Amino acid sequence: MSKLRVGITTLVFLFASSYAFADIGIDEKINLAIKPFADAVAGAVFSSFPVAGVQIPFVLVWLIVAATVFTFYFNFINLRAFRHGFELVRGDYHDPEAAGEVTHFQALATALSGTVGLGNIAGVAVAVSLGGPGATFWMILAGFLGMSSKFTECTLGVKYRDELPDGTVSGGPMYYLSKGLAEKGVNFAKFGKVLAVLFAIFCVGGSFGGGNMFQANQSFSQLVNVTGGDASWLADKGWLFGLIIATLVGLVIMGGIKGIARVTSKIVPFMAVTYVLAGLAIIFMNYSLVPSAIGAIIDGAFTAEGISGGVIGVLFQGFKRAAFSNEAGVGSAAIAHSAVQTNRPVTEGFVALYEPFVDTIVVCTITALVIIITGTWDPSVDPSSGVQLTSRAFESAFSWFPWILTLAVLLFAFSTMISWSYYGLKSWTYLFGENKFTDTSYKLLFLIFVVLGSSMQLGSVIDFSDAMIFAMAFPNLLGCYFLLPVVKKELNEYWDDYKSGRLVKTRVS
Amino acid sequence: MSSVIMVAVDCSECGDRAVEYALVQAKQSNSKLYVAHIIEWSQFTFSTALENAERHKRREEELHRAHSEIIDPVVNRLKAEGLEVEGLVRHGHVADTLQALAKEKGVSNIILGRQGTSMLKKHVFGSVGSRLVQSAECAVTVVP
Repeated sequence: MSKLRVGITTLVFLFASSYAFADIGIDEKINLAIKPFADAVAGAVFSSFPVAGVQIPFVLVWLIVAATVFTFYFNFINLRAFRHGFELVRGDYHDPEAAGEVTHFQALATALSGTVGLGNIAGVAVAVSLGGPGATFWMILAGFLGMSSKFTECTLGVKYRDELPDGTVSGGPMYYLSKGLAEKGVNFAKFGKVLAVLFAIFCVGGSFGGGNMFQANQSFSQLVNVTGGDASWLADKGWLFGLIIATLVGLVIMGGIKGIARVTSKIVPFMAVTYVLAGLAIIFMNYSLVPSAIGAIIDGAFTAEGISGGVIGVLFQGFKRAAFSNEAGVGSAAIAHSAVQTNRPVTEGFVALYEPFVDTIVVCTITALVIIITGTWDPSVDPSSGVQLTSRAFESAFSWFPWILTLAVLLFAFSTMISWSYYGLKSWTYLFGENKFTDTSYKLLFLIFVVLGSSMQLGSVIDFSDAMIFAMAFPNLLGCYFLLPVVKKELNEYWDDYKSGRLVKTRVS
Repeated sequence: MSSVIMVAVDCSECGDRAVEYALVQAKQSNSKLYVAHIIEWSQFTFSTALENAERHKRREEELHRAHSEIIDPVVNRLKAEGLEVEGLVRHGHVADTLQALAKEKGVSNIILGRQGTSMLKKHVFGSVGSRLVQSAECAVTVVP
């Protein structure tokens, strides 16, 4: 009964709020009201400096430098622990006593469903259409280096998580920034607290923006596109789409209707596999074009003809989209990974290596190859961009694929929203305390943003929300630098045990 | 104490008949009796972040419920018959986990009821009984 009541209340509330927004063209007003603030934040986060004629945002340099430093500091952990990470995911070291707890596989799958999504479909298309095939090379490199960032933050996420008295687990950058730095002394404790609060604020912002409005907006645009573009019956009904999605999300996060989330969590991996298989099918069907596509990727990476900004411009596009897609260094995934059952935090770090690998090196590369092989990336062949471009590329091989892609985009967006609502809520309750009121107020806000995101053209608000997600990387990685020795100690102790065979292998293969 | 017997129970009435059968066997041979219940679980399932965060708590609840609702009534009834009885609850694949438990406890005979699984499921995955009969390292008695 109470679930139903919550559901109905939510629905009525959303109807009321969205009508208010949809009718009086309040999107303009919101844009104007938020714009100065949003522009200031976006301007600060994306403040850039010129390199060889291209404006490079500082945050991108920040992400790449950290990923490179971590890769060298841990002596290429992204290669060294790659095989062992797979053994852990496969359950080779699974402790039978812990049956029924969250396994490495489950933690990784959950984190992946939060990151695999629009970035892999839309982001790659943007990178290749703006940066040419060569952007793929830099995207793969950024994914490879990003593995080390994920390793670091996920190890810390497990090490400093909170195990609450009621038996639930809470972890993420808020906890490792505050608890981890507190171990270094009184002044560090204050510093860590500041970083943790900053992270939580940005994470809440990111959960409303990139993790919510952006998802709603892009999936609606693909739905309109596939049903006939501007002539579609749906074209001016973003608010309706937003209401439906908000109701579904509301049923999951407020009504406690776990069935929807459970079904989504099972369909999403299936859709991801379908997407990858379709991409591989197109690549195999055109196998004779693969060598020249790879040639174009490598040539384009170092000789950028006709690309604005030359090689630096290509590199920038690749790095940017990789960072958007796998969120390595942003800290969001550390929240999802920290629920795993293990008494060796570093094991989850090894497992987390697979997140950027699957997300960027596998899925993004397949998307890029399809776009390059089918020739749709060339603006003179096809003028569309984002999701539409990927959709065209797949359509040129399978005419029905845009429908599958639409379904995939909707499901990816939905599961990304569910994941981010959790990340945002954890940050929100970290800031305002954990009780019924804070919990409900966050969730209501989250649902309102779903409707806003799909019913409006929110240029500056979208910029703002992207900025919030990237802003998370400042406190997160700054703290990670200070905590590197902690991770190294965990790593070395574990690696010694692993190499000398002191770990119990439960599955012999 | 001549041997160790393990009886597997789920909540169906087939489990009851298996318990009756195990009771007779254990009495005759003066065996130690384990009453086992396996909660179906796999390490390769997909779940949400919230479900993962609450997983430890849920697991405790599942174990508690399995003991209080399924295992304890059976154990108490068998104890009243004067047998040495111990209840076991585990998570995992039912047949594989029963087999592992049997090995761990030195069980010589696993007794279980024939389950009412659907035809389709049985054809695809095989029943717990037939799987155990094929792979267990001790005697397996399937009670119809």
